[in-house]
Formats: sequence, C-alpha cells, structure tokens
Amino acid sequence: MSEFTPTKTLDARGLQCPMPVVKTSQEIKKVSVGDILEVLATDPGSMADITAWCKSTGNELLKMDKGDGVFKFYIRRVN
Amino acid sequence: MMNETDAKKCSIVVFSGDMDKAMAAFIIATTAAAMGRETSMFFTFWGLKAIQKGNPTGKGLFGKMLGLMNRGGIDRIGPSRLNFGGIGRWMFKKMMKDKGVTSLPELRQMAIDLGVNLLACQMSMDVMEITREDLIDEVADVVGAATYCNAALQGQALFI
Repeated sequence: MSEFTPTKTLDARGLQCPMPVVKTSQEIKKVSVGDILEVLATDPGSMADITAWCKSTGNELLKMDKGDGVFKFYIRRVN
Repeated sequence: MMNETDAKKCSIVVFSGDMDKAMAAFIIATTAAAMGRETSMFFTFWGLKAIQKGNPTGKGLFGKMLGLMNRGGIDRIGPSRLNFGGIGRWMFKKMMKDKGVTSLPELRQMAIDLGVNLLACQMSMDVMEITREDLIDEVADVVGAATYCNAALQGQALFI
C-alpha cells in the first residue's frame, strides 16, 4: 500500500489509558471525512485500545507501526 | 462518529467512594463516551463523594457527624486499601503522576467534556443529608433506581 499522508497528527506519547483513545475521539472530529489522522502513543495498551475504538466507531485503521517504543496509528475518518 | 442512538448505552453505578474504584469508573465512562456511546454514571452512597463540592454536609446531629467524617470532594478520596490516614492516597497520586496517568479530577472533567451524564441518587442523598447544592454544578439530575435500571437495559451495566 502506498504511503499515507496524514492530515493531522495527535501526539499522545507519555499519556496512559484512557487518554490515547479519548484524545483520538476528540481529534478525529477535527479532520474531514476521508482524511487521515496519525496518532502517536507510548502506552502499550493503546495497540488493543485504538483497534477496539476503530472497530466500535467504524473508523478505518489503515496501519499500525511499532518502533522505538512508539506506536503509530493511521486512522481514516469514515463518519 | 457512530450514530449515538444505535450504540449501546453504558450505565455505571458508582457506589464506592474509593479513589481506585472511582478511577476505574471514570476511565470506563470516558472510554465509552469516546466511542460515541451514551454514558451515564449513577453516584450513590459513598460514590457521592466523587461529585461533592467538598463543603461540610448534614443537617441533624448524625448527618453533621457523617459530613465531618466524610468531608472533602474528589481530591480527598483515598484508595480502598492502604490509605494509612492519607499517606497511601498521596503515594498513589505520586506514582500515577510519575507514570503519566491522568488524575481523578482531570478524569472527571474529561467525562464532563465528553458528555457523560453525572446523576446522583436521591435516596442516599436524603439519608446522608447531602443536598443538591453540596454537589458540583455539572451534575445533570438527581434520580432514583428506576432511571438506572431503565438505562441499564439498553446496553452495558456496571456496578463499581
């Protein structure tokens, strides 16, 4: 898949549950439908949480990267 | 966001007045709200402490004694164990802060910002002689058990 260009980046590094998901839900409203939000997190629980949040809200998790202790999520706003 | 009317509601009874349990309640509530679900928290009995302003409560002798022993708002709530007169509370707060965990007052504000309904139990307020004015302004309503039971039927129900 080609590289995504995120419209916005949310830096949730250093934040613990529930903040990565809560902030994602707030930030996603600031991008247009179809745009991509990049979320950075260090909380290991965010892997499962962000995935669950996307599933629950219908937003599309395009890609999840793990590297240097930072998790990167690329989420496309669907609704 | 998913259509709110389709999503299952989340109804949480907050019976405990302990910091650790209140945190669990607010974390679950804010997460459910972040998923676009209509979320309500029913504060009853000791749980009322999490939505009190902190001023001394009570009218009669027992009510005032209780108000004195149970004084303080959300910031004075201690862990359910190992409180040791407040030292445990201070230690837990420090540990959480060091690990980047959001504090209880901030979690409550987050819940308010996300539209979580804060509801108070009429009966326990009467028994403990806590009035509407003793509660923070953001409390949406003072209700009874039927309100909780009704909301609980429409989704996820929890007792903390």
